[in-house]
Amino acid sequence: MATEHVSHIKPYSPQFGVMIPLGFQKFLRTCVIYQLFRFIAINIRMTVLILKSHH
Amino acid sequence: MAKIVIMGGGVSGHTAASFLNKWLGKEHEVIVVTPNSQWNWIPSNIWVGVGEMSKEDVVFPLAPVYEKVGIDYRQAKAISIHPEGKQDDDAPYITIEYTNQEKAGQKDEITYDYLINATGPKLNFDATPGLGNGQGQMGEHTVSVCTADHAIHANHELEKCIEKMKAGERQKFLIGTGHGMCTCQGAAFEYIFNIEHKLKERDVRDMADITYISNESFLGDFGMGGIHFNMGGYATSSKVFAESLYTERGMDWIIGAHVNKVEAGKAHYELLDGSTGEQEFDFAMLIPPFAGVGLKVYAKDGSDITDTIIAPNGFMKVDADYTAKPYEEWRASDWPKTLQNQTYKNMFAIGIAFAPPHLISKPMQSPNGTAINPTPPRTGMPSAMMGKAVAQSIVDMIKGAEEPTHTASMSEMGAACVASAGKGLFSGTAAAMTVYPIVPDFEKYPGVGRDMNGTSGELGLAAHWVKHILHHLFLWKAKLKPGWTLIPE
Repeated sequence: MATEHVSHIKPYSPQFGVMIPLGFQKFLRTCVIYQLFRFIAINIRMTVLILKSHH
Repeated sequence: MAKIVIMGGGVSGHTAASFLNKWLGKEHEVIVVTPNSQWNWIPSNIWVGVGEMSKEDVVFPLAPVYEKVGIDYRQAKAISIHPEGKQDDDAPYITIEYTNQEKAGQKDEITYDYLINATGPKLNFDATPGLGNGQGQMGEHTVSVCTADHAIHANHELEKCIEKMKAGERQKFLIGTGHGMCTCQGAAFEYIFNIEHKLKERDVRDMADITYISNESFLGDFGMGGIHFNMGGYATSSKVFAESLYTERGMDWIIGAHVNKVEAGKAHYELLDGSTGEQEFDFAMLIPPFAGVGLKVYAKDGSDITDTIIAPNGFMKVDADYTAKPYEEWRASDWPKTLQNQTYKNMFAIGIAFAPPHLISKPMQSPNGTAINPTPPRTGMPSAMMGKAVAQSIVDMIKGAEEPTHTASMSEMGAACVASAGKGLFSGTAAAMTVYPIVPDFEKYPGVGRDMNGTSGELGLAAHWVKHILHHLFLWKAKLKPGWTLIPE
């Protein structure tokens, strides 16, 4: 149920206007297969950043 | 033979010393002066502060490492710099005071050909009444994760709160910055998420009220004026990213806050709109503001020239544009490139020790005139890159170059930041953020000031793995074990 992920939000509180992840997005965060791909992606991204930063 | 003295053995100083020693070999002398006997991988103090690592996991003794590679190590604090030498001797020198047991309190002089100031920050707890003990140390009302010992203490206090919650007593947590001019919001950001993760693991999350308090004018400023990430095809502000993370976990925030007094169980603060408030707590981790370590500089005749070399905040002036100007006129080119002092060209300052030309975030103050601004972060990756660049320049200058040959401007380098949001091989998460450049360049990248191809952020288990691997890699590198030069800064 997507609603359970937003049930703690009070209307018109500062949190009311915020982007909140629902179930699938939360699942992906700790889904090992998906995260293995993200691990590779993060490493590539950081390597490029390091190479760009040395002068 | 050239003699290079490095004051400070943290991330930047240790990096500079290690590369200088490697590149210069035995015919030149590299001396490290640091008051600490142990090297601390500070980013992992967060995990010590929630009991996921021990002190031994994040520190190691420096003496055997330096002995192994032939670096002259003095466990001492630097007191003063004499860049013109003495009346009867032109050789520049520094004065030091030993801090090891055998020589504690003894003073000494070390001459140098090149000097690197990598002294890092003084943790200025006393800037906020009640945050310090009045003698320069942390006070009794709050905890800190700035050192490994502080983090151990923080974990003890956290455990006491967990026991109370298990006994049915509700607890209030306050995590954030303890002054309007703090930096290092990232540490507070990581610690609050790790505490929340820990409380969930221990089945007491529903007994805790967790609040973040910060001098940032918006959540996700991080002292860098915020960041726009490339997320899912949208240029997404770090404000959106950070607010989402806090909201998801049911944590409140107080933003634009200058904590002006701390007492037992209560923090008093002033907000950017001039209003004041109080926040009660059972557990508070408030980062202190940083200041320079109080180095004095003397001319040949003994006159005090500290003001010409050291900025009012205690950090050393280098090749930055220190002209006072309004935010609208700030330029990326104001930031130093070579980190070389412009009065004495054989002196450099790296890491936290160099004086930034100005803030990165837009300066703000309350109607009462209280400055409430995050100061620029310059720890971790940028610190190490500065150390390596300055080491390269000094090697080339020893070999005949007249000017520094390498640069490490924060407006031309990126940073990778992996902020832990909870430890666990399959349950942990972290926010992996890359930003390029660190200091926004609105001329080169109009709009958000950063290259949208190099600036990204995501939360997940993969980032936690990266964080964990980096912990081991950087400790390996710092211990100068085989292959250490292959590990990037």
